[in-house]
Amino acid sequence: MQSQLGLDPGQISRARDAARRITGQVQAYIDQHTTTSTERAILRLLDVNGVEADGVPLPNCVVDNIMAGEVAGPAGAAPRNALSRGAAYWLCNAMLRLELSAQEVAEAVGRGRLNLTEVKPVDDGAIHDLAYSLAETAVIKIRSNRQERDERIRRLGDPATPWLYIIVATGNIYEDVVQARAAVKQGADVIAVIRSTAQSLLDYVPYGPTTEGFAGTYATQANFRIMREALDEASEEVGRYVRLTNYASGLCMPEIAAMGALERLDMMLNDSLYGILFRDINMNRTFVDQYFSRLLNAYAGVIINTGEDNYLTTTESYEAAHTVLASQFINEQFALRSGLPVEQMGLGHAFQMDPTIEDGFLYELAQALLAREIFPGAPLKYMPPTRHMTGNIFQGHLLDAMHNLVSVMTDQHIHLVGMLTEAIHTPFLQDRYLSIENFRYIVKNARHLGDEITLRPGGRVQQRAQLVLDRATELLEEVERVGLMQAIEQGLFAGMKRPVDGGKGLDGVIPKGPDYLGPFPHLMLPEPLRQAHADAEASIRVRNGLGAAERGTVR
Amino acid sequence: MKIKPYGDTTGDGKVQVSFTLPLADGPQAVEAARRLALSMGLDNPLVAHHQDMGVGYTFFIIYGSCRHEVDTDDLQASQADFHHLTMDEVTAQARENLGRPVVVVGACTGSDTHTVGLDAIMNRKGFHGHYGLESSPAFVTHNLGSQVPNEVLVARAVEVGADAILVSKVVTQKNIHVTDLTELVDLLEAEGLRDRVVLVCGGPRISHELAVELGYDAGFGPGTVASEVGSFLVQEMIRRRVPGAAVL
Repeated sequence: MQSQLGLDPGQISRARDAARRITGQVQAYIDQHTTTSTERAILRLLDVNGVEADGVPLPNCVVDNIMAGEVAGPAGAAPRNALSRGAAYWLCNAMLRLELSAQEVAEAVGRGRLNLTEVKPVDDGAIHDLAYSLAETAVIKIRSNRQERDERIRRLGDPATPWLYIIVATGNIYEDVVQARAAVKQGADVIAVIRSTAQSLLDYVPYGPTTEGFAGTYATQANFRIMREALDEASEEVGRYVRLTNYASGLCMPEIAAMGALERLDMMLNDSLYGILFRDINMNRTFVDQYFSRLLNAYAGVIINTGEDNYLTTTESYEAAHTVLASQFINEQFALRSGLPVEQMGLGHAFQMDPTIEDGFLYELAQALLAREIFPGAPLKYMPPTRHMTGNIFQGHLLDAMHNLVSVMTDQHIHLVGMLTEAIHTPFLQDRYLSIENFRYIVKNARHLGDEITLRPGGRVQQRAQLVLDRATELLEEVERVGLMQAIEQGLFAGMKRPVDGGKGLDGVIPKGPDYLGPFPHLMLPEPLRQAHADAEASIRVRNGLGAAERGTVR
Repeated sequence: MKIKPYGDTTGDGKVQVSFTLPLADGPQAVEAARRLALSMGLDNPLVAHHQDMGVGYTFFIIYGSCRHEVDTDDLQASQADFHHLTMDEVTAQARENLGRPVVVVGACTGSDTHTVGLDAIMNRKGFHGHYGLESSPAFVTHNLGSQVPNEVLVARAVEVGADAILVSKVVTQKNIHVTDLTELVDLLEAEGLRDRVVLVCGGPRISHELAVELGYDAGFGPGTVASEVGSFLVQEMIRRRVPGAAVL
């Protein structure tokens, strides 16, 4: 698409450079820390699964067991938390010393029969080699899932964009399957299973198939598998690849991303700031967690969906539009640092403007085009109106139609279809039918409208887009000046003030030791990020007084 | 006075209904829909539209004349007892009659994560031009946000010396809202606090009737604006201070 907005490329670069530097400051922190949920994700990838007798997931048992132990620091320094060596180190040490499988070690810990930090250490080199060989198995599995997706898309065909994105949310995975199959028959290209409310605040991932949830269904590995199988069958029936979406957000971002990679999910909600702002999760925890979860999403070929649309549910869209753009820039830069390519960045935004504003449609058009032109390769995710849906379903149907029109005019990629009964109930079969009918009519009827019109230079749409870009650039430069963490403390995003040491989950953030063992970034990151990661780990060793001579044993 | 729905002639009783039947489209499905409309009390039902939805279900849009009527004389509107004033009038009323601001604590309790309604009522910004309680000097507000356990809400209410507690409930699956709302009342009663606070709940599925049944002083449904809640709070405070006082 030709540029419609006449934006100054220099100014876009200025904003992008600011975002790059903002995330760079945080990345230094990320590289030096791990979290309980990151380590649990690593355990899952190393084939630890299941629950102990009381239903506590084994990855939690193992990490809690390690956390209770300490390791001696360099001479004179205080002992540090044993998790600073990485869960992989303790798991592999016990496997070698006791000649058990990863799962057997975890089960013994779960039964209270094994204390990992008390197992006599074997040779560091052997532990390193075992960790890398187990990790390699997981990497191969994820790579083959990715190849299978590519093969299915090649054989069945990829739907035209905008992809029709439909949510199911019954609480019961088997009922979700029924609804999802019906939605696919009606034309859905993407099925998202909404999570049970408040799962984001659980510091563990529930286990097994679930049939009880509130306003959604628990994200569990078994539920992922059940829906994946159902959608694979449905894809064959309708002759197009239907994508599956779930949520890698909340306190268990990395673990859920690991499950998604293992069960071939295609998209995951994954935002670098959402949990901090909207779920009051500690920012340090979120920054470290988002890094590892995106590393997995990237390698698995999963398209992430970022949550900028949420800014517009708590603030007025007209006033807050620039915060959406600023956050898109930040999400883009964090994603790049995890090795996630632009074609997997489903940057989010929404059609949420007050319908009584004169020229509101023009401003929505400006915002959608702005995202399209600034992130040309990204599969943008466009959310429907919710804030101004009142229960007047007839008016709501019209708002949804306008959302559909902007979407097709501006080449949005992932289109969450608005429901006329939004704010009344979870959609009925007929609500979904009518909403899809609305979408299809408009997308077909106005398919090439965007190609046919040229916006008036200096006109209302261009002016609005320029204003939003100006304000976003100012905001990013302000955030760069004070630092992202301080900016969030001051409430510069979504009007939410979150203290750096507040929120949930800070106790699960652990500084990596000089002997930290975590194989996945080394196996999954593309160059030159792989080298940068190795350098960051080396700097921890240098700071701890371990010279080059010791690198050989620590690796 | 007895009334009926109005189409274009008084007493014509015209209504529109739409629904889905688990039948593939066809003459049998259309007849089934027509019969159902008759059973609903709709005379001369017209099946204006029937559409197969592809999976053995058909969607219908039907018009008909409703047989039933309503006698407005014996209606009791379910609404909290207050005079709806503008926020400025509420401020003036509080200043004259209370002499101090009303301390309000609000939260979305239990698993509820959606604060749009609570924010619209409590926060300065309000919603759609209706400024929230925080905008008036008649109120000191503490918005605790989402997913607040009832215990935390009660503890905070004690801590700040709350005159009123606002609870917002959105999710209603398996009647979770009723469970959470009831638990809060039980908790307040157990702590001997129930009579010391004005207790109000709101949400898309909340009615005043339900709220009263659950032991609340008032309930507010969808479309409520902050000045309504503010009017109620101030007038209820005045009533409690001087029983039987005229509030306007």
